[in-house]
Amino acid sequence: MENIKKSENIVFEKPRLINDTPMHYCPGCTHGVAHNLIASVIDEMGLAETTIGIAPVGCAVFAYKYVDIDWIEAAHGRAPAVATAVKRLSPDKMVFTYQGDGDLAAIGTAETIHACNRGENIAIIYINNAIYGMTGGQMSPTTIVDMKTATCPYGRNVALNGYPLKITDILVPLEGTCLVTRESAHTVAAIKRTKKMIRKAFENSLAGKGTSIVEIVSTCTAGWKMTADQANKWMVENLFPAYPPGTLKDI
Amino acid sequence: MAKGTVEIDTARCKGCELCVVACPTDVLALGKEVNGKGYHFATMVKPDECIGCASCGYVCPDACITVYKQK
Repeated sequence: MENIKKSENIVFEKPRLINDTPMHYCPGCTHGVAHNLIASVIDEMGLAETTIGIAPVGCAVFAYKYVDIDWIEAAHGRAPAVATAVKRLSPDKMVFTYQGDGDLAAIGTAETIHACNRGENIAIIYINNAIYGMTGGQMSPTTIVDMKTATCPYGRNVALNGYPLKITDILVPLEGTCLVTRESAHTVAAIKRTKKMIRKAFENSLAGKGTSIVEIVSTCTAGWKMTADQANKWMVENLFPAYPPGTLKDI
Repeated sequence: MAKGTVEIDTARCKGCELCVVACPTDVLALGKEVNGKGYHFATMVKPDECIGCASCGYVCPDACITVYKQK
């Protein structure tokens, strides 16, 4: 056993850009996987010194504590607006936002749609777990019909609360977007695919092709009141019919 | 003889069990001991079965697993 533990035999290790600060996320949270993917893609592309991330408000508000690159913390929902300014002033930098559904699809809907419509050369990583995790599991715009949350304890009622907002689908016809894709991170295959798409989005930002959106359908163990494994299974059974993974636009 | 092995950062592990589910050869399980944060951390219960596939590493949200594979 010990003779296998040599540096030349390492096939997987903590991404270099993930620092030693313990993440505050709940056990099994998809945010951790997404952070690892972003950190390893940035490192593989050699962009550690030329990337500027825009952190959101929500559970990932402390993203800047965990990934060792330059970050700016935006006001709630305004990450695409801040990213617009950063990218226009420093066009040679790779600029991305990291946002949840309560940030991107609720208070930040206008900023998201207009940044995409202007075709800003930024990448948007969108974590959609259909709930407000940080504030205690309230209904978000993307909560699916009949899903129970703290503010719709009998399930989301269409007559009262409307339909789930499929914002990624709304961004497809906008002429400014070049990559719109919906991914997940519940299996090794899905994680590898998501990594490929994040890389493509970052390449588009550098190439000036337009706005790239990578939605990651995610879990919320605390908000859904499940273990990490149960949450992954629940996500496949219930969230995937509403948010089917797949690439919607890639030009 | 094991083809691979893993090293788990037990202080960082939160015991979410995603690696246990992802392991194709059931090498990993949560142990009885707890770490400084009070989590039952993942540990190798069948170290001889490890094939070094790195599935556990990919799914670990806290990046606490280093995977070695005999070349």
